[in-house]
Amino acid sequence: MVEFSGIKEIIKPGNLVYKKTNIMTENSLSYCPGCGHGTAHRILAEIIGEEGLQSETIGVSPVGCSVFMYNYLDIDWQEAAHGRAPAVATAIKRLLPEKFVFTYQGDGDLAAIGTAETIHACNRGENILIIFINNGIYGMTGGQMAPTTLPGMKSSTSPYGRDVKTMGFPLKITDIVASLPGSYYVTRQSVHTAANVKKTKKAIRKSFQYQKLNKGTCLIEIVSNCPSGWKMTPVQSNKWMEENMFPYYPLGDLKTPEE
Amino acid sequence: MEKELRLMKGNEAVAEAAIRAGVDGYFGYPITPQTEIIEYLMEANPAETTGMIVLQAESEVAAINMVYGGAACGKKVMTSSSSPGISLKQEGITYIAGAELPCLIVNVVRGGPGLGTIQPAQSDYFQATKGGGHGDYHLIVLAPASVQEMADFVDLSFELAFKYRNPVMMLSDGAIGQMMEKVYLSPQKERSKTVPEWATTGKPSTRERNIITSLDLDPNRQELFNRKLLAKYNEIREKEVRFEEFQCEDAEYLLVAYGTSARVCQKSVQLAREQGIKAGLLRPITLFPFPTKRIKELADNVKGMLSVEMSAGQMVEDVLLSVSGKVPVYHFGRMGGIVTTPEEVVESLKSNFIGG
Repeated sequence: MVEFSGIKEIIKPGNLVYKKTNIMTENSLSYCPGCGHGTAHRILAEIIGEEGLQSETIGVSPVGCSVFMYNYLDIDWQEAAHGRAPAVATAIKRLLPEKFVFTYQGDGDLAAIGTAETIHACNRGENILIIFINNGIYGMTGGQMAPTTLPGMKSSTSPYGRDVKTMGFPLKITDIVASLPGSYYVTRQSVHTAANVKKTKKAIRKSFQYQKLNKGTCLIEIVSNCPSGWKMTPVQSNKWMEENMFPYYPLGDLKTPEE
Repeated sequence: MEKELRLMKGNEAVAEAAIRAGVDGYFGYPITPQTEIIEYLMEANPAETTGMIVLQAESEVAAINMVYGGAACGKKVMTSSSSPGISLKQEGITYIAGAELPCLIVNVVRGGPGLGTIQPAQSDYFQATKGGGHGDYHLIVLAPASVQEMADFVDLSFELAFKYRNPVMMLSDGAIGQMMEKVYLSPQKERSKTVPEWATTGKPSTRERNIITSLDLDPNRQELFNRKLLAKYNEIREKEVRFEEFQCEDAEYLLVAYGTSARVCQKSVQLAREQGIKAGLLRPITLFPFPTKRIKELADNVKGMLSVEMSAGQMVEDVLLSVSGKVPVYHFGRMGGIVTTPEEVVESLKSNFIGG
């Protein structure tokens, strides 16, 4: 192996601008190259670490690509059945009200099979944070149509494109949640550029602060990509997301606390 | 402290006993004939006294998943429902069994299938004792035969649930849930402050993170886990069998019945003996583990057995397995919400065994 001559100079501590956060474990992520999950995990881990909340936080992982999320963040975890994370989180928070409780769910989990649990947890104003990754497809099972799949979008169960006449319309569940009196802070973000990562991180940090106030449910939708499911390169998928997903799921706050 | 005497419905007794047992959380959804449980708890408002959380969920599915979340925090949590609602809970129950979480599920059984009827039945025996949801698992199943036992079995259920890290089902029925009897209630217990070492309560720097899950994609590890569960169930089969015998000493014919049917059969034993038929009754108190060994022993002493259940014949299969062909075993039972009469049981005993 040829040693790069300048390596010692480059890795000196003074040049360190980026490192693994303590809250991320040593386990390799199971996600495809270019997928947004890893970035979303990292942001969440950074905040838990920066705010010193490792011993105060309980996460609820879903069924979907992020089913193994409990392997990646070094906190206590509960693995929920498909769609049931908000019900699971409800009980954790009610029984341990001083702890921070969040769920991390994909679109199939949160907006299809778990619609009732999502709506009712938010409607009760449970003091939890729901992080909702919307990539418009079922990733783990191999690219089937999701409740958030766009009209005309192809998937393995909508091979000719989603026909809204027979397959229904993409569900804007985040808008529904924002309309509920129990929700406190509802926003839609992305993690595909540095600027968007900063905004998402700010939103998650705020949600942790709001949870302390016991004001109601915070829901952060992260519109994300699925290079494998969409059959694109990571770069293509981000471009496609900007051009197709963002017009249907516009980024920004849907509900902010009244100051 | 002395026990307090009250006149209560079985459903109310469960609710009051739950408060007194120091239960941390109840999560339920209304369904007849068990709705008094959540109504009683809401009115008693134990949040103000013991700190017990009582929550009406949006569905049985949500309620059982709340039980999962609460149990995984190491808390004493429970839910209750009746047959159609218990079917909905099966998803959560199998996850709870797979994650080895302690909890109490009360089933005040009504007739089925489908919406069926709101009258009492014992037609959920298979579902309760053989698993109910997917995968290889068992609940510990307790069958109360009185309002007193509905109260007493709350404490017992949590004792067993935490001892084995296993969900416990109290398999009652619409008759015991709705009827009023006197009941001695235990004094108020403090809610436990002990946190089990496996509970997810936030990871301190002093331990590894706790993960509650029922998932393992590695078939070798999953099989090891299945073997571990099997060993646990076998230990439960060895140590936790509970039953009651009524006039079995000289019995020539044995009735096997639990819950409401066992109450009926006590009278049947008396009626049969008045007619010169030496009948006895074995009442399983635990349906899982089933009193297989004792029934096998009794098979050496009797001429035949009759499994009396308000079903088309479910427990009879376990009686048959226990007897393994030594003596004839028959089933008698009414269905659809009809409670068997003592006379009908004696008639069945006569027609099956004596010929008449």
